[in-house]
Amino acid sequence: MTREILLSGFGGQGILFTGKFLAYQGLLADKNVSWLPSYGPEMRGGTASCSVIISDEPVGSPIISEPDILIAMNLPSFEKFVPTVKKGGIVIADSSLIEAKTDRDDIDAYYIPATGLASDMGKQSLANMIILGKLLSVLGEFDEENIKATLQKVIPPKKAEMLEINMNAIKIGAQN
Amino acid sequence: MADKILMKGNEAIAEAAIKAGCMHYFGYPITPQTEVAAYMAKRMPKIGGCFLQAESEIAAINMVYGVACTGKRVMTSSSSPGISLKSEGLSYLAGADLPSLVVNVQRGGPGLGGIQPSQADYFQATKGGGHGDFKMLVLAPSSVQEMADLTVKGFDLADKYRMTAMILADGTMGQMMEPVSLDYDVKQTVEKPWATTGTKMERDHNIVTSLFLNPDELEVLNFERYDRYKYIEENEVMYEEYLMDDAEICIAAFGIAARVAKNAINEARKNGVKVGLIRPITLWPFPVAPFKKAAEQVKEIISVELSMGQMIEDVKLASECKVPVTLCNRSGGMIPSPEQVLEAIYKAQGGAK
Repeated sequence: MTREILLSGFGGQGILFTGKFLAYQGLLADKNVSWLPSYGPEMRGGTASCSVIISDEPVGSPIISEPDILIAMNLPSFEKFVPTVKKGGIVIADSSLIEAKTDRDDIDAYYIPATGLASDMGKQSLANMIILGKLLSVLGEFDEENIKATLQKVIPPKKAEMLEINMNAIKIGAQN
Repeated sequence: MADKILMKGNEAIAEAAIKAGCMHYFGYPITPQTEVAAYMAKRMPKIGGCFLQAESEIAAINMVYGVACTGKRVMTSSSSPGISLKSEGLSYLAGADLPSLVVNVQRGGPGLGGIQPSQADYFQATKGGGHGDFKMLVLAPSSVQEMADLTVKGFDLADKYRMTAMILADGTMGQMMEPVSLDYDVKQTVEKPWATTGTKMERDHNIVTSLFLNPDELEVLNFERYDRYKYIEENEVMYEEYLMDDAEICIAAFGIAARVAKNAINEARKNGVKVGLIRPITLWPFPVAPFKKAAEQVKEIISVELSMGQMIEDVKLASECKVPVTLCNRSGGMIPSPEQVLEAIYKAQGGAK
Protein backbone atom coordinates (compact mmCIF):
# COMPACT_ATOMS: atom_id res chain seq x y z
CA MET A 1 0.00 0.00 0.00
CA THR A 2 1.14 3.52 -0.76
CA ARG A 3 -0.19 6.62 0.96
CA GLU A 4 0.58 10.04 -0.48
CA ILE A 5 0.03 12.99 1.82
CA LEU A 6 0.30 16.62 0.80
CA LEU A 7 0.47 19.27 3.52
CA SER A 8 0.18 22.93 2.67
CA GLY A 9 -0.25 26.26 4.40
CA PHE A 10 1.61 29.43 5.30
CA GLY A 11 5.25 29.38 6.30
CA GLY A 12 5.43 29.18 10.10
CA GLN A 13 2.34 27.03 10.62
CA GLY A 14 4.40 23.92 11.20
CA ILE A 15 3.62 22.27 7.89
CA LEU A 16 7.09 20.74 7.55
CA PHE A 17 7.08 19.56 11.17
CA THR A 18 3.72 17.84 10.73
CA GLY A 19 5.07 16.16 7.61
CA LYS A 20 8.10 15.03 9.54
CA PHE A 21 5.83 13.48 12.18
CA LEU A 22 3.99 11.47 9.52
CA ALA A 23 7.25 10.40 7.88
CA TYR A 24 8.72 9.23 11.18
CA GLN A 25 5.51 7.40 12.02
CA GLY A 26 5.96 5.52 8.74
CA LEU A 27 9.60 4.84 9.50
CA LEU A 28 8.72 3.43 12.94
CA ALA A 29 6.22 1.13 11.25
CA ASP A 30 9.06 -0.13 9.05
CA LYS A 31 7.66 1.45 5.88
CA ASN A 32 9.51 3.18 3.09
CA VAL A 33 9.06 6.93 3.39
CA SER A 34 10.01 10.16 1.68
CA TRP A 35 9.55 13.76 2.79
CA LEU A 36 10.00 16.56 0.28
CA PRO A 37 9.50 20.22 1.22
CA SER A 38 8.93 23.16 -1.03
CA TYR A 39 11.98 25.33 -0.53
CA GLY A 40 13.12 28.82 -1.24
CA PRO A 41 11.59 32.27 -0.91
CA GLU A 42 8.01 30.98 -0.76
CA MET A 43 8.76 29.71 2.74
CA ARG A 44 9.06 33.24 4.05
CA GLY A 45 5.49 34.35 4.53
CA GLY A 46 4.22 32.63 1.40
CA THR A 47 2.99 29.12 0.93
CA ALA A 48 4.90 26.22 2.46
CA SER A 49 4.11 22.72 1.33
CA CYS A 50 5.45 19.30 1.96
CA SER A 51 4.95 15.91 0.28
CA VAL A 52 5.11 12.78 2.40
CA ILE A 53 4.93 9.29 0.87
CA ILE A 54 4.58 6.20 3.04
CA SER A 55 4.71 2.88 1.23
CA ASP A 56 5.30 -0.85 1.50
CA GLU A 57 7.22 -0.56 -1.79
CA PRO A 58 10.37 1.49 -2.41
CA VAL A 59 9.29 5.09 -3.01
CA GLY A 60 9.72 6.16 -6.63
CA SER A 61 9.24 9.85 -7.30
CA PRO A 62 8.95 11.83 -4.05
CA ILE A 63 6.78 14.38 -5.85
CA ILE A 64 3.03 14.09 -5.34
CA SER A 65 0.68 15.20 -8.10
CA GLU A 66 -2.51 13.53 -6.82
CA PRO A 67 -2.53 13.12 -3.03
CA ASP A 68 -4.57 10.53 -1.12
CA ILE A 69 -4.67 12.94 1.79
CA LEU A 70 -4.53 16.74 1.78
CA ILE A 71 -3.97 18.88 4.85
CA ALA A 72 -4.83 22.46 3.95
CA MET A 73 -4.06 25.23 6.41
CA ASN A 74 -4.81 28.27 4.27
CA LEU A 75 -7.20 29.27 1.50
CA PRO A 76 -4.67 29.36 -1.37
CA SER A 77 -3.61 25.80 -0.51
CA PHE A 78 -7.22 24.65 -0.26
CA GLU A 79 -8.15 26.15 -3.62
CA LYS A 80 -5.02 24.95 -5.35
CA PHE A 81 -4.84 21.38 -4.10
CA VAL A 82 -8.41 20.18 -3.38
CA PRO A 83 -9.02 19.60 -7.11
CA THR A 84 -5.92 17.36 -7.23
CA VAL A 85 -7.00 14.99 -4.43
CA LYS A 86 -7.54 11.41 -5.58
CA LYS A 87 -11.09 10.15 -5.81
CA GLY A 88 -11.97 8.66 -2.44
CA GLY A 89 -9.26 10.77 -0.80
CA ILE A 90 -9.36 12.78 2.39
CA VAL A 91 -9.12 16.53 2.98
CA ILE A 92 -8.58 18.07 6.42
CA ALA A 93 -8.96 21.84 6.37
CA ASP A 94 -8.47 24.47 9.05
CA SER A 95 -11.91 26.11 9.04
CA SER A 96 -10.68 28.97 11.25
CA LEU A 97 -8.71 30.19 8.25
CA ILE A 98 -10.63 28.67 5.34
CA GLU A 99 -14.26 29.67 4.97
CA ALA A 100 -14.66 27.83 1.67
CA LYS A 101 -16.10 24.33 1.36
CA THR A 102 -15.49 21.98 -1.52
CA ASP A 103 -18.41 20.82 -3.67
CA ARG A 104 -16.57 17.64 -4.63
CA ASP A 105 -18.66 14.69 -3.44
CA ASP A 106 -16.10 12.02 -4.39
CA ILE A 107 -13.77 12.88 -1.52
CA ASP A 108 -14.20 13.08 2.26
CA ALA A 109 -13.61 16.63 3.47
CA TYR A 110 -13.34 17.45 7.17
CA TYR A 111 -13.34 20.98 8.52
CA ILE A 112 -11.92 21.69 11.94
CA PRO A 113 -11.33 25.15 13.45
CA ALA A 114 -7.79 24.22 14.34
CA THR A 115 -6.34 27.69 14.73
CA GLY A 116 -9.28 28.70 16.94
CA LEU A 117 -8.93 25.60 19.10
CA ALA A 118 -5.20 26.21 19.37
CA SER A 119 -5.82 29.81 20.45
CA ASP A 120 -8.15 28.47 23.15
CA MET A 121 -5.22 26.36 24.33
CA GLY A 122 -3.16 29.55 24.51
CA LYS A 123 -0.79 28.59 21.72
CA GLN A 124 -1.90 29.32 18.17
CA SER A 125 1.11 27.48 16.76
CA LEU A 126 -0.42 24.16 17.83
CA ALA A 127 -3.02 24.28 15.05
CA ASN A 128 -0.92 21.86 13.02
CA MET A 129 -1.01 19.27 15.83
CA ILE A 130 -4.77 19.67 16.18
CA ILE A 131 -5.15 19.01 12.45
CA LEU A 132 -2.85 16.01 12.82
CA GLY A 133 -5.03 14.65 15.63
CA LYS A 134 -8.07 15.03 13.41
CA LEU A 135 -6.36 13.16 10.61
CA LEU A 136 -5.28 10.29 12.85
CA SER A 137 -8.80 9.94 14.23
CA VAL A 138 -10.37 10.07 10.75
CA LEU A 139 -7.98 7.34 9.65
CA GLY A 140 -8.82 5.30 12.76
CA GLU A 141 -5.12 5.35 13.64
CA PHE A 142 -5.16 7.27 16.90
CA ASP A 143 -2.79 5.29 19.10
CA GLU A 144 -1.47 7.22 22.08
CA GLU A 145 1.65 5.07 22.57
CA ASN A 146 2.56 5.29 18.90
CA ILE A 147 2.01 9.06 18.86
CA LYS A 148 4.21 9.47 21.90
CA ALA A 149 6.97 7.36 20.38
CA THR A 150 6.80 9.39 17.18
CA LEU A 151 6.83 12.72 19.01
CA GLN A 152 9.97 11.60 20.80
CA LYS A 153 11.60 11.22 17.38
CA VAL A 154 10.61 14.63 16.03
CA ILE A 155 10.98 16.78 19.13
CA PRO A 156 14.61 17.40 20.10
CA PRO A 157 15.51 16.38 23.69
CA LYS A 158 16.13 19.97 24.77
CA LYS A 159 12.52 20.82 23.93
CA ALA A 160 11.15 17.82 25.83
CA GLU A 161 8.51 19.95 27.55
CA MET A 162 6.82 20.34 24.14
CA LEU A 163 6.01 16.64 24.07
CA GLU A 164 3.11 16.84 26.49
CA ILE A 165 1.79 20.06 24.93
CA ASN A 166 1.81 18.55 21.44
CA MET A 167 0.19 15.39 22.74
CA ASN A 168 -2.65 17.41 24.25
CA ALA A 169 -3.19 19.28 21.00
CA ILE A 170 -3.31 16.03 19.05
CA LYS A 171 -5.93 14.71 21.52
CA ILE A 172 -8.05 17.84 21.12
CA GLY A 173 -7.88 17.43 17.37
CA ALA A 174 -8.94 13.81 17.62
CA GLN A 175 -11.97 14.74 19.76
CA ASN A 176 -13.28 17.53 17.52
CA MET B 1 14.38 -0.15 11.58
CA ALA B 2 16.08 1.13 14.66
CA ASP B 3 19.36 2.05 12.99
CA LYS B 4 17.74 4.26 10.37
CA ILE B 5 17.08 7.96 10.83
CA LEU B 6 15.39 10.54 8.67
CA MET B 7 17.80 13.01 7.15
CA LYS B 8 17.87 15.53 4.36
CA GLY B 9 20.11 14.55 1.47
CA ASN B 10 22.34 17.54 2.14
CA GLU B 11 22.75 16.56 5.79
CA ALA B 12 23.43 12.94 4.84
CA ILE B 13 26.28 14.08 2.59
CA ALA B 14 27.79 16.12 5.41
CA GLU B 15 27.56 13.37 8.04
CA ALA B 16 28.84 10.73 5.61
CA ALA B 17 31.82 12.95 4.79
CA ILE B 18 32.67 13.23 8.47
CA LYS B 19 32.32 9.46 8.84
CA ALA B 20 34.70 9.12 5.88
CA GLY B 21 37.31 11.06 7.80
CA CYS B 22 36.84 14.47 6.21
CA MET B 23 37.80 16.98 8.87
CA HIS B 24 38.02 20.04 6.62
CA TYR B 25 35.11 21.73 4.91
CA PHE B 26 35.16 25.03 3.05
CA GLY B 27 32.06 26.52 1.50
CA TYR B 28 29.86 29.43 0.73
CA PRO B 29 26.08 29.34 1.13
CA ILE B 30 23.79 28.89 -1.85
CA THR B 31 20.32 27.35 -2.18
CA PRO B 32 19.61 24.43 -2.46
CA GLN B 33 22.76 23.05 -0.80
CA THR B 34 23.12 25.35 2.21
CA GLU B 35 22.27 22.56 4.69
CA VAL B 36 25.62 20.92 3.88
CA ALA B 37 27.46 23.98 5.16
CA ALA B 38 25.03 24.49 8.06
CA TYR B 39 25.50 20.89 9.20
CA MET B 40 29.29 21.19 8.96
CA ALA B 41 29.23 24.47 10.89
CA LYS B 42 27.41 22.71 13.69
CA ARG B 43 29.39 19.45 13.74
CA MET B 44 32.99 20.29 12.84
CA PRO B 45 33.82 22.37 15.95
CA LYS B 46 32.51 19.52 18.14
CA ILE B 47 34.87 16.94 16.64
CA GLY B 48 37.94 19.08 16.29
CA GLY B 49 37.43 19.57 12.57
CA CYS B 50 37.56 22.73 10.51
CA PHE B 51 34.51 24.47 9.11
CA LEU B 52 35.25 27.69 7.34
CA GLN B 53 32.79 29.87 5.45
CA ALA B 54 35.01 31.37 2.80
CA GLU B 55 34.57 34.84 1.38
CA SER B 56 33.61 33.33 -1.97
CA GLU B 57 33.34 30.06 -3.85
CA ILE B 58 36.69 30.75 -5.49
CA ALA B 59 38.35 31.12 -2.10
CA ALA B 60 36.68 27.93 -0.86
CA ILE B 61 37.96 25.75 -3.71
CA ASN B 62 41.48 27.11 -3.26
CA MET B 63 41.32 26.28 0.44
CA VAL B 64 40.36 22.77 -0.66
CA TYR B 65 43.48 22.77 -2.85
CA GLY B 66 45.58 23.78 0.14
CA VAL B 67 44.34 21.03 2.43
CA ALA B 68 44.45 18.46 -0.38
CA CYS B 69 48.20 19.18 -0.73
CA THR B 70 48.66 17.89 2.81
CA GLY B 71 46.94 14.60 1.97
CA LYS B 72 43.98 15.19 4.28
CA ARG B 73 40.45 14.46 3.13
CA VAL B 74 38.72 17.72 2.24
CA MET B 75 35.54 18.87 0.59
CA THR B 76 33.46 21.78 -0.61
CA SER B 77 29.88 21.99 -1.80
CA SER B 78 27.84 24.43 -3.81
CA SER B 79 25.10 24.72 -6.40
CA SER B 80 25.36 25.42 -10.11
CA PRO B 81 26.48 29.10 -10.31
CA GLY B 82 28.87 28.46 -7.42
CA ILE B 83 30.39 25.48 -9.21
CA SER B 84 31.08 27.66 -12.24
CA LEU B 85 33.09 29.93 -9.94
CA LYS B 86 35.01 26.91 -8.70
CA SER B 87 35.95 25.65 -12.14
CA GLU B 88 39.39 27.29 -12.19
CA GLY B 89 40.20 25.54 -8.91
CA LEU B 90 38.86 22.23 -10.23
CA SER B 91 41.27 22.46 -13.15
CA TYR B 92 44.19 23.25 -10.82
CA LEU B 93 43.28 20.29 -8.59
CA ALA B 94 43.31 18.05 -11.66
CA GLY B 95 46.59 19.52 -12.91
CA ALA B 96 48.21 18.88 -9.54
CA ASP B 97 46.65 15.38 -9.24
CA LEU B 98 45.01 16.21 -5.93
CA PRO B 99 42.15 14.20 -4.41
CA SER B 100 39.09 16.14 -3.28
CA LEU B 101 35.34 15.82 -3.00
CA VAL B 102 33.11 18.48 -4.53
CA VAL B 103 29.32 18.46 -4.25
CA ASN B 104 27.03 20.14 -6.78
CA VAL B 105 23.37 20.24 -5.74
CA GLN B 106 22.18 21.54 -9.08
CA ARG B 107 19.59 24.28 -9.67
CA GLY B 108 18.05 25.69 -12.81
CA GLY B 109 20.26 27.76 -15.10
CA PRO B 110 21.96 29.24 -17.04
CA GLY B 111 23.17 32.33 -15.23
CA LEU B 112 21.88 32.95 -11.76
CA GLY B 113 18.88 30.95 -12.96
CA GLY B 114 16.50 29.76 -10.27
CA ILE B 115 16.67 27.61 -7.18
CA GLN B 116 14.55 24.65 -8.25
CA PRO B 117 16.06 21.24 -9.16
CA SER B 118 17.97 20.72 -12.39
CA GLN B 119 20.38 18.36 -14.12
CA ALA B 120 21.67 20.91 -16.57
CA ASP B 121 25.26 20.81 -15.28
CA TYR B 122 25.82 17.35 -16.77
CA PHE B 123 28.05 18.71 -19.54
CA GLN B 124 29.96 20.87 -17.08
CA ALA B 125 30.58 17.95 -14.74
CA THR B 126 31.38 15.25 -17.29
CA LYS B 127 32.96 17.20 -20.16
CA GLY B 128 34.17 20.54 -18.99
CA GLY B 129 34.83 21.03 -15.30
CA GLY B 130 37.41 23.67 -16.24
CA HIS B 131 40.14 24.40 -18.80
CA GLY B 132 42.59 21.80 -20.05
CA ASP B 133 42.54 18.04 -20.56
CA PHE B 134 41.03 16.46 -17.48
CA LYS B 135 38.17 14.44 -16.05
CA MET B 136 36.42 14.24 -12.73
CA LEU B 137 34.76 11.18 -11.25
CA VAL B 138 31.07 12.11 -11.37
CA LEU B 139 28.66 10.28 -9.07
CA ALA B 140 24.89 10.72 -9.39
CA PRO B 141 22.86 9.73 -6.31
CA SER B 142 19.19 8.83 -6.63
CA SER B 143 18.24 8.59 -2.94
CA VAL B 144 19.30 10.06 0.38
CA GLN B 145 21.05 6.77 1.18
CA GLU B 146 23.04 7.09 -2.01
CA MET B 147 23.88 10.72 -1.20
CA ALA B 148 25.68 9.30 1.83
CA ASP B 149 27.07 6.10 0.28
CA LEU B 150 28.47 7.87 -2.78
CA THR B 151 30.09 10.52 -0.61
CA VAL B 152 32.05 7.80 1.19
CA LYS B 153 32.77 6.06 -2.11
CA GLY B 154 33.78 9.39 -3.66
CA PHE B 155 36.46 10.02 -1.02
CA ASP B 156 37.86 6.52 -1.55
CA LEU B 157 37.95 6.89 -5.33
CA ALA B 158 39.43 10.38 -5.12
CA ASP B 159 42.28 9.10 -2.96
CA LYS B 160 42.84 6.03 -5.09
CA TYR B 161 43.11 7.93 -8.36
CA ARG B 162 44.29 11.33 -7.08
CA MET B 163 41.30 13.06 -8.66
CA THR B 164 38.32 15.19 -7.77
CA ALA B 165 35.17 13.19 -7.19
CA MET B 166 32.03 15.21 -7.80
CA ILE B 167 28.65 14.34 -6.31
CA LEU B 168 26.19 15.58 -8.95
CA ALA B 169 22.86 15.85 -7.15
CA ASP B 170 19.92 18.22 -7.58
CA GLY B 171 17.59 20.28 -5.43
CA THR B 172 15.17 17.44 -4.66
CA MET B 173 17.97 15.08 -3.59
CA GLY B 174 19.41 17.77 -1.35
CA GLN B 175 16.12 18.84 0.23
CA MET B 176 14.21 15.58 0.61
CA MET B 177 14.32 13.43 3.73
CA GLU B 178 14.45 9.67 3.60
CA PRO B 179 15.53 6.97 6.02
CA VAL B 180 19.27 6.61 5.97
CA SER B 181 21.76 4.37 7.70
CA LEU B 182 25.23 5.84 8.25
CA ASP B 183 26.89 2.78 9.64
CA TYR B 184 30.27 3.07 7.92
CA ASP B 185 33.59 1.69 8.98
CA VAL B 186 35.91 3.74 6.81
CA LYS B 187 39.58 2.96 6.67
CA GLN B 188 41.78 5.33 4.74
CA THR B 189 44.19 2.89 3.15
CA VAL B 190 45.76 4.95 0.35
CA GLU B 191 49.32 6.06 1.09
CA LYS B 192 50.07 9.63 0.06
CA PRO B 193 53.86 9.89 -0.19
CA TRP B 194 53.44 12.96 -2.40
CA ALA B 195 51.74 15.02 0.34
CA THR B 196 53.39 18.15 1.67
CA THR B 197 53.58 17.20 5.31
CA GLY B 198 57.01 18.57 6.27
CA THR B 199 60.31 16.87 5.43
CA LYS B 200 61.58 16.73 9.03
CA MET B 201 64.93 17.09 7.19
CA GLU B 202 64.60 13.40 6.33
CA ARG B 203 63.49 13.52 2.72
CA ASP B 204 63.46 15.79 -0.30
CA HIS B 205 60.78 18.41 -0.63
CA ASN B 206 57.48 17.33 -2.12
CA ILE B 207 56.25 19.85 -4.64
CA VAL B 208 52.57 20.00 -5.60
CA THR B 209 51.95 22.15 -8.64
CA SER B 210 50.02 22.34 -11.88
CA LEU B 211 52.62 24.57 -13.58
CA PHE B 212 54.76 22.81 -16.18
CA LEU B 213 56.34 25.21 -18.65
CA ASN B 214 58.10 22.50 -20.60
CA PRO B 215 55.51 21.12 -23.05
CA ASP B 216 57.32 17.77 -23.38
CA GLU B 217 56.95 17.23 -19.67
CA LEU B 218 53.33 18.43 -19.59
CA GLU B 219 52.38 16.16 -22.46
CA VAL B 220 53.80 13.13 -20.67
CA LEU B 221 51.81 14.04 -17.55
CA ASN B 222 48.62 14.35 -19.59
CA PHE B 223 49.25 11.04 -21.33
CA GLU B 224 49.81 9.38 -17.95
CA ARG B 225 46.67 10.94 -16.57
CA TYR B 226 44.61 9.65 -19.50
CA ASP B 227 46.04 6.14 -19.01
CA ARG B 228 44.64 6.36 -15.50
CA TYR B 229 41.30 7.60 -16.89
CA LYS B 230 41.21 4.62 -19.24
CA TYR B 231 41.78 2.26 -16.32
CA ILE B 232 38.93 3.97 -14.43
CA GLU B 233 36.61 3.61 -17.43
CA GLU B 234 37.33 -0.11 -17.42
CA ASN B 235 37.04 -0.63 -13.67
CA GLU B 236 34.86 1.89 -11.87
CA VAL B 237 31.61 2.10 -13.83
CA MET B 238 28.48 1.89 -11.68
CA TYR B 239 24.88 1.64 -12.85
CA GLU B 240 21.54 0.10 -11.97
CA GLU B 241 19.35 -1.87 -14.33
CA TYR B 242 15.63 -2.05 -13.59
CA LEU B 243 13.38 -4.53 -15.45
CA MET B 244 15.72 -4.61 -18.44
CA ASP B 245 15.69 -8.41 -18.96
CA ASP B 246 12.74 -8.48 -21.34
CA ALA B 247 12.58 -4.75 -22.12
CA GLU B 248 11.61 -3.56 -25.59
CA ILE B 249 11.92 0.09 -24.61
CA CYS B 250 14.77 1.43 -22.48
CA ILE B 251 14.74 4.55 -20.37
CA ALA B 252 18.02 6.28 -19.57
CA ALA B 253 17.84 8.48 -16.49
CA PHE B 254 19.85 9.37 -13.41
CA GLY B 255 19.11 10.98 -10.04
CA ILE B 256 15.57 12.28 -9.51
CA ALA B 257 14.68 11.62 -13.17
CA ALA B 258 15.29 7.91 -12.63
CA ARG B 259 12.84 7.87 -9.74
CA VAL B 260 10.16 9.60 -11.76
CA ALA B 261 10.88 7.15 -14.59
CA LYS B 262 10.41 4.15 -12.26
CA ASN B 263 6.87 5.31 -11.46
CA ALA B 264 6.12 5.52 -15.18
CA ILE B 265 7.75 2.14 -15.88
CA ASN B 266 5.69 0.41 -13.17
CA GLU B 267 2.52 1.96 -14.60
CA ALA B 268 3.41 0.97 -18.17
CA ARG B 269 4.24 -2.58 -17.07
CA LYS B 270 0.73 -2.87 -15.58
CA ASN B 271 -0.51 -2.28 -19.13
CA GLY B 272 1.81 -4.89 -20.58
CA VAL B 273 4.41 -2.54 -22.05
CA LYS B 274 7.87 -4.02 -21.68
CA VAL B 275 9.96 -1.09 -20.58
CA GLY B 276 13.06 -0.97 -18.39
CA LEU B 277 15.58 1.49 -17.02
CA ILE B 278 19.32 1.91 -17.13
CA ARG B 279 20.35 4.34 -14.40
CA PRO B 280 23.95 5.53 -14.59
CA ILE B 281 25.37 5.97 -11.08
CA THR B 282 28.74 7.07 -12.42
CA LEU B 283 28.15 9.70 -15.11
CA TRP B 284 31.89 9.67 -15.70
CA PRO B 285 32.96 6.99 -16.30
CA PHE B 286 29.74 6.56 -18.29
CA PRO B 287 28.21 3.07 -18.39
CA VAL B 288 28.78 2.45 -22.09
CA ALA B 289 28.46 -1.35 -22.06
CA PRO B 290 24.85 -1.63 -20.80
CA PHE B 291 23.61 0.87 -23.39
CA LYS B 292 25.55 -0.88 -26.14
CA LYS B 293 23.87 -4.12 -25.09
CA ALA B 294 20.45 -2.48 -24.81
CA ALA B 295 20.76 -1.20 -28.38
CA GLU B 296 20.79 -4.84 -29.54
CA GLN B 297 17.59 -5.55 -27.62
CA VAL B 298 15.25 -2.55 -27.51
CA LYS B 299 13.56 -0.57 -30.24
CA GLU B 300 13.98 2.83 -28.66
CA ILE B 301 15.90 4.50 -25.85
CA ILE B 302 14.25 7.45 -24.09
CA SER B 303 16.56 9.79 -22.20
CA VAL B 304 14.66 11.42 -19.34
CA GLU B 305 16.44 14.55 -18.11
CA LEU B 306 15.97 17.79 -16.19
CA SER B 307 17.81 19.67 -18.92
CA MET B 308 17.51 20.44 -22.61
CA GLY B 309 19.13 17.07 -23.29
CA GLN B 310 22.74 16.55 -22.22
CA MET B 311 23.22 12.93 -21.16
CA ILE B 312 21.37 11.96 -24.35
CA GLU B 313 24.61 12.62 -26.28
CA ASP B 314 26.46 9.98 -24.25
CA VAL B 315 23.53 7.59 -24.63
CA LYS B 316 23.70 8.04 -28.42
CA LEU B 317 27.45 7.43 -28.42
CA ALA B 318 27.15 4.38 -26.18
CA SER B 319 24.31 2.84 -28.19
CA GLU B 320 26.12 3.78 -31.42
CA CYS B 321 22.81 5.19 -32.67
CA LYS B 322 21.64 1.67 -33.54
CA VAL B 323 18.16 2.54 -32.29
CA PRO B 324 16.39 5.90 -32.06
CA VAL B 325 17.28 7.84 -28.91
CA THR B 326 14.60 10.35 -27.96
CA LEU B 327 14.38 12.99 -25.26
CA CYS B 328 11.73 13.41 -22.56
CA ASN B 329 12.61 16.47 -20.55
CA ARG B 330 11.80 19.60 -18.58
CA SER B 331 14.16 22.47 -17.95
CA GLY B 332 14.78 25.54 -15.83
CA GLY B 333 13.87 23.91 -12.52
CA MET B 334 10.85 21.92 -13.69
CA ILE B 335 10.64 18.14 -13.24
CA PRO B 336 9.07 15.75 -15.76
CA SER B 337 5.97 14.08 -14.32
CA PRO B 338 5.48 10.30 -14.40
CA GLU B 339 2.57 11.00 -16.78
CA GLN B 340 4.90 12.80 -19.22
CA VAL B 341 7.34 9.89 -19.16
CA LEU B 342 4.46 7.42 -19.56
CA GLU B 343 3.31 9.31 -22.63
CA ALA B 344 6.81 9.07 -24.11
CA ILE B 345 6.80 5.32 -23.41
CA TYR B 346 3.44 4.83 -25.13
CA LYS B 347 4.62 6.90 -28.07
CA ALA B 348 7.70 4.68 -28.40
CA GLN B 349 5.46 1.62 -28.13
CA GLY B 350 3.11 2.92 -30.83
CA GLY B 351 5.99 3.51 -33.19
CA ALA B 352 6.75 -0.21 -33.00
CA LYS B 353 6.93 -2.58 -35.90
